[in-house]
Amino acid sequence: MIVTLAAASLLRHRARTALAIIGVAVSAAMLLDMVMLSSGMRVSFGSLLQKQGFQLRLAPKGTLPFDTEATIKDGDSLVAGLRTRPEIRAVSPVLGGQLHLVSPKGVVASSALGVVPAVEGDYELVQGRQPASPDEMVANDAILAATGLHVGDTLHAGAGYDSQLRALTGERRLRIVGRVRFVYMAREQKGAALPIETFRAMQGPDADGRISLAMVRLADGTDIDTARVTIERLFPRVNVISIAEALKQVDERRSYFTQLAVILGAVSLVVGFLLVTTLVTVSVNERIGEIAVMRAIGVRRWRIVAQIVLEAAAMMLVASPLGLVLGLVTARYLNSILANFPGMPERIDFFLFQPSAAWTALGLLALAGVLAGIYPSWRSASLPIAMTLRKEAVG
Amino acid sequence: MSAILEVRNLVREYPMGSERVAALRGVSFDVEAADYAAIVGPSGCGKSTLLNLLGVIDRPTSGTVSIAGERVDQLPDARATEFRLRRIGFVFQRFYLMQALTASENVELPLSEAGMKGRERKARARELLDYVGLGKREGHRPSQLSGGEQQRVAIARALANSPKIVLADEPTGELDARTGAEMIALFERLNADGTTIVVVTHDEDLASAARRVIHMRDGEVVGDERAR
Repeated sequence: MIVTLAAASLLRHRARTALAIIGVAVSAAMLLDMVMLSSGMRVSFGSLLQKQGFQLRLAPKGTLPFDTEATIKDGDSLVAGLRTRPEIRAVSPVLGGQLHLVSPKGVVASSALGVVPAVEGDYELVQGRQPASPDEMVANDAILAATGLHVGDTLHAGAGYDSQLRALTGERRLRIVGRVRFVYMAREQKGAALPIETFRAMQGPDADGRISLAMVRLADGTDIDTARVTIERLFPRVNVISIAEALKQVDERRSYFTQLAVILGAVSLVVGFLLVTTLVTVSVNERIGEIAVMRAIGVRRWRIVAQIVLEAAAMMLVASPLGLVLGLVTARYLNSILANFPGMPERIDFFLFQPSAAWTALGLLALAGVLAGIYPSWRSASLPIAMTLRKEAVG
Repeated sequence: MSAILEVRNLVREYPMGSERVAALRGVSFDVEAADYAAIVGPSGCGKSTLLNLLGVIDRPTSGTVSIAGERVDQLPDARATEFRLRRIGFVFQRFYLMQALTASENVELPLSEAGMKGRERKARARELLDYVGLGKREGHRPSQLSGGEQQRVAIARALANSPKIVLADEPTGELDARTGAEMIALFERLNADGTTIVVVTHDEDLASAARRVIHMRDGEVVGDERAR
C-alpha cells in the first residue's frame, strides 16, 4: 500500500517529477565525475607505472624521473652493479634528450630516448619491430606526421646541439623500423627511441656512460621497500623511487584537482539534497490534508514517513542510472579535453571509472535523498491532526 | 446496556493571542453500545471540537473520554494511533479519500495498516463495498465516483477494522438531498446492524434519523433527547 501511494504521488505531477529526476541525474553525474576526478588520475598513473612491470625507478639524486635534464654519471657501472643483485631481474637504462630529424617537410625537433630495446619499458610497439642494429630507431605518430615519413624510411638525425658552435655534435642516418606509442609522453609530443649507445655516440663524449633513468624489475617475491632501501644504501648517488613513492609525488601535484573535486562534489551533493528536499516539501505541503486524514484513520507516523522517503528514494533510484550514464559521457568528454594538459602523459585518465567510485557517488546521493525526505515527512506527519483537518476544511 | 462512550467534564480551550477561548465548557454524556446519537447545534458551538476529542485526534484541556472502558483523552501518540485504527471509524464531510487509490484500495488502507494480508484484505474490502452498495465500483478512483459514492467508500473505509464506534462529521454536508437521504438510510442500516454511531450535523433529516439527539450551544450540552 505504501508503494502504491508513493508511486501514485510521484505520478500525480509527472512533469514535475521528471524535471526533478533530471535535476538529480545532473547532480549525480557531476558528483560521479568529481569522485572519479578525485582518484582517477592517481589510479590511472599507478596502473600505468605497474603495467610496464618495473617496480623501482632510479633517478639522479634529488630529482624525479625526467623532472630535470640531470643525468647519472657512470650510469653503465650503476646498471652493471644492479644486474649483479639477486633480487633484481632486469634493469632498463634510459637516456633522455633531443633529436633533430631532417625530413622532406623540414627539420623536426623531437624528444628522444636512448634505450636497450630488449628491456625497454617506455613505449608499446604498434607496427614494425624493435631496433636491432645501431642505426635503427622507432618513432611515434606525431613524428611520422610531422616528417611525412613511414616505417621503413631512412632519415638524417642529429643530437647534442652546441649553442656556441651552433652545430649538432653527432649526426647520422637512422632507419625507422617501428611505429610506437610512448607511455609517458604527452599527446602531440614528438617522440623517438633508439639504442642507447647510438644516442650517446650522437650526443658526444660528455654523454658517455650517462643515463637519465634506470628502471628496475624485481624478482618475484621480493619486498619492494627492502629492495629500495638496499639499492639506495649501495648507490647513494641516486634516488630510488618505488611506485608508492611516485604516487605520493603525484598526490602532491594533483592536490589542486583533489580540492576542486571535493568542493564541486560537495556542491553537487548539496544541490541534489536541496532539490529533493524542495520537491518533497512542496509535495508534502500539497498533501497535508491527505496526510492528516491518514493519521486520523490510524496510519502510523513512521508509515507516512516511509512512504514519503520511498518517494524520494524512488526518484534517486531512477535518477541514478541516468546520472551514471550522463557522468560517464561527461567524464569522457572532459578527459579528452584534459588529455592536452601540458606535460601530462597522454595515457593518464583524469576521470577513471571505478565501480567503487560510482557506488560511492550514487550511495552518497541516495543517502542525501533519504535524508531529504525524512524531515518534511516527519514534520507533516507530526502536525496536529484536528487542527490540520480544520484548516483543510476551511481552505 | 453499558456505555461504550463516557464523556466527563470535557473542556477544550484554545489560545488566541494572550486570551484563551473555551470551545467546550465541561461537556458530559454517555453513549451506549449500538446507540445512534446526533450532536446538533449552531456553527461554532463546539460540535466538531467534541467529535475530534471523541475521535482521539485532539486532546482536551481537562476532563476525560473513555471508549469501550479505556481512557483515551491522554493517550500517547502511538497508542492513540493504534486506538483510532482498531476502535474508531471516521467519516468526514469532505470524504477525504486518497485520490490516487481505487475505492477498494481506499478501504484496504486501514486493513493493511492493521496487518491484514493481500487476499484476505481484498475480500474484506469487497465485502464492505458490497455492504455500502458499491460492489461494482471497487476499481474506480474517487474522481470517477459521485459525491454520494465517495461518501459510501468513506463509510466502508470507516468500517474496515470493525470499530467500536463510528464518528461522522457532517456526513451529508456535501451531498444533495437525494444522495443525503440515501446516506441517512445507510447510517440507519449500519446502526441496525449493531454499529454505534455518533454524528455531528446541521442536517435535520439526519438528526431526526438518530435515536438520540444531543443539543449543544456555546460549548455546553443544553439538551439531550431520545428521538424515538
